[in-house]
Amino acid sequence: MGEQILNVTGLSMHFGGIHAVDQVDLDINQGEIVALIGPNGAGKTTFFNCLTGIYNPTFGDITLHRSGKKPARLNGLKPNQVTTKGMARTFQNIRLFHNMTVLENVMIGRHCRTSSFIAGAIFRTKHNRREENEIIEKSYSILEKVGLEKYVNDHASNLSYGAQRRLEIARALATDPFLLLLDEPAAGMNPQETKQLDELICRIRDDGLAILLIEHDMKLVMSISDRIFVMDYGKKIAQGTPLEVRENPAVIKAYLGE
Amino acid sequence: MISLEEFKRSFKVALWFMFLTFPLLVIKVNPIERTVLWKWENMAFVGIGAFILSVLIRAFFIQKERSRNSSKNKRRFGYIGDEPLVQFILREPKYLYPLSGGVLIFALLFPALFDTYQTNIMTTALMYVVLGLGLNIVVGLAGLLDLGYVAFYLVGAYSYALLNYHFDIGFWMALPIGAMLAALFGIVLGFPVLRLRGDYLAIVTLGFGEIIRLVMENWNAFSHGPSGISNIPRPGFFGMDLSLDSAILYIYYLVVALVIITIFVVNRLQDSRLGRAWIALREDEIACQAMGIDKTKTKLTAFALGATWAGLVGVIFAAKTTFINPASFTFLESAIILSIVVLGGMGSILGVIFGALVLILLPEYLRVFSEYRMLAFGGILVVMMVFRPQGLIANVRRTYQFKKSTKGGDS
Repeated sequence: MGEQILNVTGLSMHFGGIHAVDQVDLDINQGEIVALIGPNGAGKTTFFNCLTGIYNPTFGDITLHRSGKKPARLNGLKPNQVTTKGMARTFQNIRLFHNMTVLENVMIGRHCRTSSFIAGAIFRTKHNRREENEIIEKSYSILEKVGLEKYVNDHASNLSYGAQRRLEIARALATDPFLLLLDEPAAGMNPQETKQLDELICRIRDDGLAILLIEHDMKLVMSISDRIFVMDYGKKIAQGTPLEVRENPAVIKAYLGE
Repeated sequence: MISLEEFKRSFKVALWFMFLTFPLLVIKVNPIERTVLWKWENMAFVGIGAFILSVLIRAFFIQKERSRNSSKNKRRFGYIGDEPLVQFILREPKYLYPLSGGVLIFALLFPALFDTYQTNIMTTALMYVVLGLGLNIVVGLAGLLDLGYVAFYLVGAYSYALLNYHFDIGFWMALPIGAMLAALFGIVLGFPVLRLRGDYLAIVTLGFGEIIRLVMENWNAFSHGPSGISNIPRPGFFGMDLSLDSAILYIYYLVVALVIITIFVVNRLQDSRLGRAWIALREDEIACQAMGIDKTKTKLTAFALGATWAGLVGVIFAAKTTFINPASFTFLESAIILSIVVLGGMGSILGVIFGALVLILLPEYLRVFSEYRMLAFGGILVVMMVFRPQGLIANVRRTYQFKKSTKGGDS
């Protein structure tokens, strides 16, 4: 397993008196698939939102370790700054740009890695043209990777549910992340689509990305994750390999009751 | 086309209308003379009107149903294959270039073909085209409902008028200054409304537009209040003073040039990195941020760029009319510009041009019905929202061609 890239210590998110996330520690290594599971309302998505800058956590530290760079603290950064740092996410309820084409959706992902602005757009400078071509080519190759290249010019809203999920992943990949955060990627998918997703996630991992996913589909979680963290009522109740977690009494209690 | 059954139904509808409106429209009681007037002819009008309207609506729906059921290879009016004719022309340079060339030649020859009065009206219409295209950046692309757009128009007009009054600054100097001041005001408005969306944004921008106008109306020392500023010079032509006729001609060509520049710039912007960011912002703000787009910067550029065009047109407006006062910049102006964008088709350049020409030219030529203008206006908007919410000419996203199995290759 590679070196540690993300380290979360004592992360808490309080909404008034509600402790949605309470003192959670988590760490992710290079090229690893980590799953975050727990019953509904356990605080998984809130935890995700803290990591990606949508919420500013009440306590705790989120630290990014990248080889050759100083550790960076992510607390209080805006979502777009977090993405620029190299953490891209998808959403539990699909949030695509419905009136844009599939390709354009992915091209949006390239925004934070490109720089042309008003003048460049109006005068179509050499730099701008080259950049546009790069955006288009890179976006197309990402679509090929997730298997959506035949829908390039379709509207995103016309895709099937499973394809929309994959497009969200493609869009996140376009931001050149080193850590991909997937919020329930398999929700609402049929077994066939889930299997394709399983393969896609493994392929992305093989490209050297780390993946943190929230998922309810236990078969998927157990088969692909290297390590699993379990949350319940905002607290972390267990962590370990799929085998360890499966036999952990606290986890069984959280899922099945006494 | 329409069956007997449908006619029967329409007839029943007409009967019902006659019955329901009977007490209101037919019986006219005069309490002073204690007489009752029976206005039977009103009943006949209601009956005929309701019947014709009902038949028309039925025919429309039948037509719609039929076109939905018709298979792809059947020809439909205004369509080529599956694609609307307009879209087809826009896509094919073979047709687009000669056609736009023809329109351009017509625009350039317009003053020679028609008299000064017509040229003047056309100038106004083209100014609204530019205003519409400017607002289109804010409303159509970035999805920020701005009801106070006229404020930037006012800023442009007053900056020329006041700069000329106090410092004797000429038109050509005032043009960029007015545009920049308007852009600055766009940013000033943009900052406090960054967090607002939809209705809330609309209310704040509406207030902003009214505040600017009221300040101009009441701050006599600065803006000469409601009496306005007069004797604003028309644009000079290399230092020459032009006669009234040639000045009108000159301003006309100036506006034509501005329209061309605007179309060019907006077209390039909407297919650029920035334009895509605006559309993404319109579609989903949270996802847009999560994809690494700086919301603040993107919104402020939309406000500033939209306002720039209003500022430019404002300067030209002041120069054209040679007199401005706050009464020219009421909310009604904002509403008309917004209607141009909505009616024409949000985000669609051709749509906005078309919308501006329809909404500005039609009332000019239908002065006979001027009392019903607002009524017709409202009616048209309601009908549009029901039957064609995407506008007269909907926007179509750009497509890219790729060769199979090779990477890249722009269209």
